[in-house]
Amino acid sequence: MILGLLQHISIQNLIWLICLLPLVSSCINWLLSASSSKLPSKAANSLASFVGISGPLLAFFSALIVFWVLTGIENSEAFAITGPLYQWIGFGGWSIDIGLRVDQLSLVMALVVTGVGTLIHIYSIGYMRGDDGYPRYFAELNLFLFFMLLLILADNLILMFVGWEGVGLCSYLLIGFWFSDIEKAKAGKKAFVVNRIGDFAFIIGIFLIWKMLAGQPIVGGSPLNFETLERNAAFLLPIATPVCIALFIGACGKSAQIPLYVWLPDAMAGPTPVSALIHAATMVTAGVYMIARLNFLYVLSPLALNIVAYTGAATALFAATIGLTQRDIKKVLAYSTISQLGYMFLAEGVGAFGAGIFHLVTHAFFKAALFLGAGSVIHALHGEQDLFNMGGLKKYLPGTFAVFFVAALAISGIWPLAGFYSKDEILWQVYERGYTGLWVIGFITAGMTAFYMFRATSLAFFGNLRIGEDKKHHIHESSISMLVPLVLLGVLSISGGWIKNSIGTFLEPRFASVTLEEVTHHENMEHILAVISVLWAAHWAFVAWIVYVQKPSWPEAMANKFRKIHSLLMNKYFVDEIYDAIVIKPLAWISETALWKGFDIPIIDNVGVNGSGRVVGFFGKLAAVLQTGLTPHYLFFMVIGISIVVGWLVF
Amino acid sequence: MKGYFPLFLLLQTGMTGVFVALDFFLFYFFWEVMLLPMYFLIGIWGGPRREYAAIKFFLYTLVGSVMMLLVMIAFYFYSEGNTFNILTLMDQSVHIGPMTAHNFRLLCWLGLMIAFAIKVPVFPFHTWLPDAHVEAPTAISVILAGILLKMGTYGMIRFCYPIFPDITFEFAKWIAVFGMINIVYGALCAMAQKDFKRLIAYSSISHMGFCLLGMASFTNEGMNGAVLQMFNHGTITAQLFLIVGIIYDRVHHRDLEGFGGLAHIMPRYAVWTAIAFFAALGLPGLSGFISEALVFLGAFKMWPWYTAVSVSGVVLTAAYVLWTYQRVFLGKINEKYKNLPEISWRETVTLAPLALIVVILGVYPKAMLDIMNATLVGINQLFVK
Repeated sequence: MILGLLQHISIQNLIWLICLLPLVSSCINWLLSASSSKLPSKAANSLASFVGISGPLLAFFSALIVFWVLTGIENSEAFAITGPLYQWIGFGGWSIDIGLRVDQLSLVMALVVTGVGTLIHIYSIGYMRGDDGYPRYFAELNLFLFFMLLLILADNLILMFVGWEGVGLCSYLLIGFWFSDIEKAKAGKKAFVVNRIGDFAFIIGIFLIWKMLAGQPIVGGSPLNFETLERNAAFLLPIATPVCIALFIGACGKSAQIPLYVWLPDAMAGPTPVSALIHAATMVTAGVYMIARLNFLYVLSPLALNIVAYTGAATALFAATIGLTQRDIKKVLAYSTISQLGYMFLAEGVGAFGAGIFHLVTHAFFKAALFLGAGSVIHALHGEQDLFNMGGLKKYLPGTFAVFFVAALAISGIWPLAGFYSKDEILWQVYERGYTGLWVIGFITAGMTAFYMFRATSLAFFGNLRIGEDKKHHIHESSISMLVPLVLLGVLSISGGWIKNSIGTFLEPRFASVTLEEVTHHENMEHILAVISVLWAAHWAFVAWIVYVQKPSWPEAMANKFRKIHSLLMNKYFVDEIYDAIVIKPLAWISETALWKGFDIPIIDNVGVNGSGRVVGFFGKLAAVLQTGLTPHYLFFMVIGISIVVGWLVF
Repeated sequence: MKGYFPLFLLLQTGMTGVFVALDFFLFYFFWEVMLLPMYFLIGIWGGPRREYAAIKFFLYTLVGSVMMLLVMIAFYFYSEGNTFNILTLMDQSVHIGPMTAHNFRLLCWLGLMIAFAIKVPVFPFHTWLPDAHVEAPTAISVILAGILLKMGTYGMIRFCYPIFPDITFEFAKWIAVFGMINIVYGALCAMAQKDFKRLIAYSSISHMGFCLLGMASFTNEGMNGAVLQMFNHGTITAQLFLIVGIIYDRVHHRDLEGFGGLAHIMPRYAVWTAIAFFAALGLPGLSGFISEALVFLGAFKMWPWYTAVSVSGVVLTAAYVLWTYQRVFLGKINEKYKNLPEISWRETVTLAPLALIVVILGVYPKAMLDIMNATLVGINQLFVK
């Protein structure tokens, strides 16, 4: 019977389902949340988790089925569009439709987002148990998934922008999930506003495209549709550079690149599964995805590509140096995320879009594992996040430790784990395409990555337990609902890289090739570099272990010796303070002191509006002086008047 | 109450009349009819500085009305067949008659434009608005923001555009510039406010700037966006003023520093507010986004730089809206207000339909666009030449 039913479901319907199932879950959970005071909390929470999990899970299965069906058709690309559901905005000549598009790129993304998303939803059951806002949490998380999938599957720029802003909204809601703490609420606001700065550039980019295509004899339907854009990319050649730079600034906001990365470390105020899903695995990769989606535009502008590459490399290095000194386990992971996103942009900037997306996929696995592992630690220690108050947890949390350790190896790029394949692919592509300087930056960053990851691992899991006696006996391994997703992500962190060749060929048709000058196969060189970088990473991982486990006095001695550098890194290069001084304070001054109190009230209102009133009043009073009410005065004025008139007439 | 409702209904008559009149004289008549009850509604049922605000509102609008009156009389005498009929005037102005002298047209255009600009209000004629809003009772604020302001932009599209297409086109740049100033200046001033209602009044100025910017574009997108923005501003800002009214009823002050943590005490109120706030900052999926996007799409074709500056207003809007939300609803519970009652069903009934419209138009804006488009295409035809 089920098979009979399946025959009636077209692939288009399934694509809609991928996107809409989380929305349905979200709506149900919102209703639950609204009526939770009337329901017994246990029943409400069980229902919330059931609904909250089934949406993403079914979406994942739909994505899988779509994947199997589309790849099963021989001699054809994995490609499908749903066509417009309806015209969203449109008059006469043009329209922006609601429609989805599945191709190799969006399919890979949808699988990762729904897959990792489902695991994190399951993990959340254990992590959020007992929280007051339990149904609200799932409602917001499901809503996030909906917008993320909309962003990925959208078939035009405007709809993508809807998803783009929508995930920003959910990020805002979830960072400030525990809004009684004003600092957390502020972190959410900061994330949204900084993202809005990026979005500002993003929509300017869209407008530029719009202006350029207006009136051109374009082939195809709606001008902002990706299909149309790709076919008419030639019309955009004159403005490719400004468009690509504007869109990239948008990506900088969402994907936390210099100079707009400042919101991401603060975003760690949200619940840890949120950090894993939104601020590590999925939402922050939206910028990477967007550039890959529009690769046909970016290849038109070598300058923009170079900017992408250099920004990515700079961010990778910059964030890694900050990561070296952070005390908060989640902040370490946050800077590590910024740094890894830098790698992805580096890859895209040199034209290796496939490598960027590949790293996005493996990063989603191991970074989610790291975050969930950190969450498990924080959960066990009742909210403790300072690495220097942990230590020796290997014994107490063996499962968490195993996954965290494996994921740390993976992110450091140790063979044969996932991170090795993707990072090595990026570094190799950078090297092969002749960007030796960028390669050096990437290589140094790889060493730092290994160092700070094993610094965190050593501080948390090895050495002596530095936690208070009273809390010691509370430490417990996480529940099964948290461990299962952890272990699955750990397995993916190991094996995720083995698909390197197949994902490469799968994605290939989507990417415009950046012409290389006669690629000669340097296979030996590739292998030599791979071996060097593994040794390099392993070396730094080992050093970190020595320094933080064997010689715990060294870090302090080092910090004292290089106090200036240490405090610079510790304080994140004072970037927040600098932004506060050059952007926020002046803006507040302009808005309040200069414009409102300095111009609006005294000049416009007082001088202009009330001033004209006073002038009229003054003349009124002047005229009133003449109106004495005494007849002799009036007679006198009359005589003067008559004599003037008569005089005028006579002479 | 006995006096309140007759005046309110008279106000409604005036407003409806303004929007349906196809005769200039009738239009002017209703325009004035609307003015008087408004004066009394603010002056009698308003806040502490109600008399100042009411007189300011009345006189300011009257200055505009006088100009409109002069232009109207001039039209009557200079038009062929001495008419007030807008359609005939539109027809004549393009073709024949004594009305074609450039300077005469310019003068009339300016007179009308200033009359309408005061109503919108366009910078620098905006200072009556915060005062009137702050002093007016909630319902009157809602009407004022939701409907009255649109009379200004409606008038521009109904009179200045079709009767003086040439002059309008000549000065389109300035319409765009003032639109830009309204957007950015309004947003910056809103950011500085400590009074909840004054903040929304300034945000209203900022949002009306989008209408001007869209109108200055002479494109289908821009014009449709501008008119849709009028409608959306009506629904969204109406919600915002209702929201202020709800909290003012309970605590009797509007000082933004004096709240905090209300989301714990009044969670449903917090959700309704969130919908209105996010609509106000142009979140996709809600109606505000559609009109702002259309305005920008259209205006960018004609005025890329002014539009780019205006788009920065969107960032500022996000900043002050979220900051306001944070100050009122988030953070620790303010002990003073621990026992505030949740919003009542009466208050919900006033908010819910507006919120519903905001969502529906965000998802399916064509419901509105199809209706407006026919007229606006007609007006736009005048500029194609």
